Amino acid sequence: MSDSKASLPIIDHPEVNRRRFLKTAGATLGLAAWAAAMKPLLELTPEVNADEFLQKHYRELTPEQKTVVFKRLEEETKEEYNADVTISDPQPMDNVLFGYALNLSACIGCRKCAEACHIENNHDRASNNSYIRVFEMDMGGIDFEKGNANYDHPVPAPGKYYMPVQCQQCENAPCVTACPIEATWKEKDGIVVVDYNWCIGCRYCEAACPYHARRFNWEKPEIPAEEVNPNQSYLSNRIRPQGVMEKCTFCLHRTREGRLPACLEACPTGARVFGNLLDPDSEIRWVIENKRTFVLKEELGTRPRFFYYFDE
Amino acid sequence: MNVSAGKMLFIVGLFSISAFAVQMFASVENSEEIAIHPKADDAPLFPVKINPANQLAEIPTDRKDANGNPVLVSCQSCHGVRNPNPKNGSTGPLVSFHQDLSFVHGKLVCISCHNPEGSYSDFRLASGESIKPEDVMQLCAQCHGPQFRDYQHGSHGGMTGHWDLRKGMRQRNHCVNCHDPHKPAFPLFRPAAGPNDRFPPHHTKETHE
Repeated sequence: MSDSKASLPIIDHPEVNRRRFLKTAGATLGLAAWAAAMKPLLELTPEVNADEFLQKHYRELTPEQKTVVFKRLEEETKEEYNADVTISDPQPMDNVLFGYALNLSACIGCRKCAEACHIENNHDRASNNSYIRVFEMDMGGIDFEKGNANYDHPVPAPGKYYMPVQCQQCENAPCVTACPIEATWKEKDGIVVVDYNWCIGCRYCEAACPYHARRFNWEKPEIPAEEVNPNQSYLSNRIRPQGVMEKCTFCLHRTREGRLPACLEACPTGARVFGNLLDPDSEIRWVIENKRTFVLKEELGTRPRFFYYFDE
Repeated sequence: MNVSAGKMLFIVGLFSISAFAVQMFASVENSEEIAIHPKADDAPLFPVKINPANQLAEIPTDRKDANGNPVLVSCQSCHGVRNPNPKNGSTGPLVSFHQDLSFVHGKLVCISCHNPEGSYSDFRLASGESIKPEDVMQLCAQCHGPQFRDYQHGSHGGMTGHWDLRKGMRQRNHCVNCHDPHKPAFPLFRPAAGPNDRFPPHHTKETHE
């Protein structure tokens, strides 16, 4: 017996009974599981620091926490882009529901809106990204399969019309329902926004959007310091991190302060009309009530707040 | 506690139904709140300014001054002494001045808009009424009614500034900022650069077809 005791020193040790063995093994496993769970914290790169990792969802942040988060983001922008920026947090206005209308009879396809969006919203320079995609379409129908967003010739070309497509700010937004972690939601003024720091980049929303309005940051956006738009807001045009979704917000950092969106100001033909759908005297209401308006893919039931119209 | 299981279930059910009803009521309240019209507040509105049309009182000659700028001459120096040709609608018959002007605007003639009875720098409506250069939009509006109507409702012509005039002003284009009155058709544009898609269009075509 003494030999066998020597060969199994732990189990048969008088001090170690079955209970103690299980306790020790359990504690070891628990410790290992805890270590594994905490491992991501050790692997944090400078791009994902502990503060960001532990940051709460935008809608759970208190005003004090927001101040801290915005300050951190401003410092990071200074560090990574060498640009002094201000990150604000304009709130939805009371009794305001934003609507946008676009006159297809006036649009000539010059892409000035897409270019203005690129600059205003701090898009990656290399990809020439923009929230607006202008389709060159054959007159006589709306067939996006035959639409071309990469045309490069003087416009307007004969037999063609031009259809800029951006986020339609749907009342019934499929992208919001698709998000598994509620990183995107509809605000009180109708704008669908993304918490870029909460987004995990699964791209479900991109697949859910029937308008192809959402973009994914495949790379870290590269913008020269002097070209960074310093007037930024948390939910709209601040420089997005790599690996998250982004989308048009009707320039909420401008429009929630009463200004017109950048794409409208850039339009040389005045094809774009923006305003408050709840104000019966607004230009957008006049267009909806007096012009032949339609919404894109109405049959899907997304109820867009972006309207297209024709002149007579 | 003498509460039976059935009673307990009933109470729990009652609670959940009432909670549900409260939520329903709350959502109805919310949608009603959104549907009301904005209150007409007395906040002063900022102005909508229209870019001024270029004043037309002088035209350049082929002479240059010491700085290389063309010497300007007043309309009156010629038109004050010459009789107007009411039929002329092009620069063809003209032997001096306006040689570089190309005129493609319907079947209009010079004096359809320019007032020969005034100082030629003024304009004349179809009714014969003379109007000042700053009111020239009326001149356009007498033929282009639908465009003028759309303009008045903010759905024609570019603008910058504020959608909410309680917060700031708005600057609007004048007709002649975009349309040359002598050649009003919009020119062709070279479009801004398109997207640099991750998968260029010819690639997707190859894989799809």
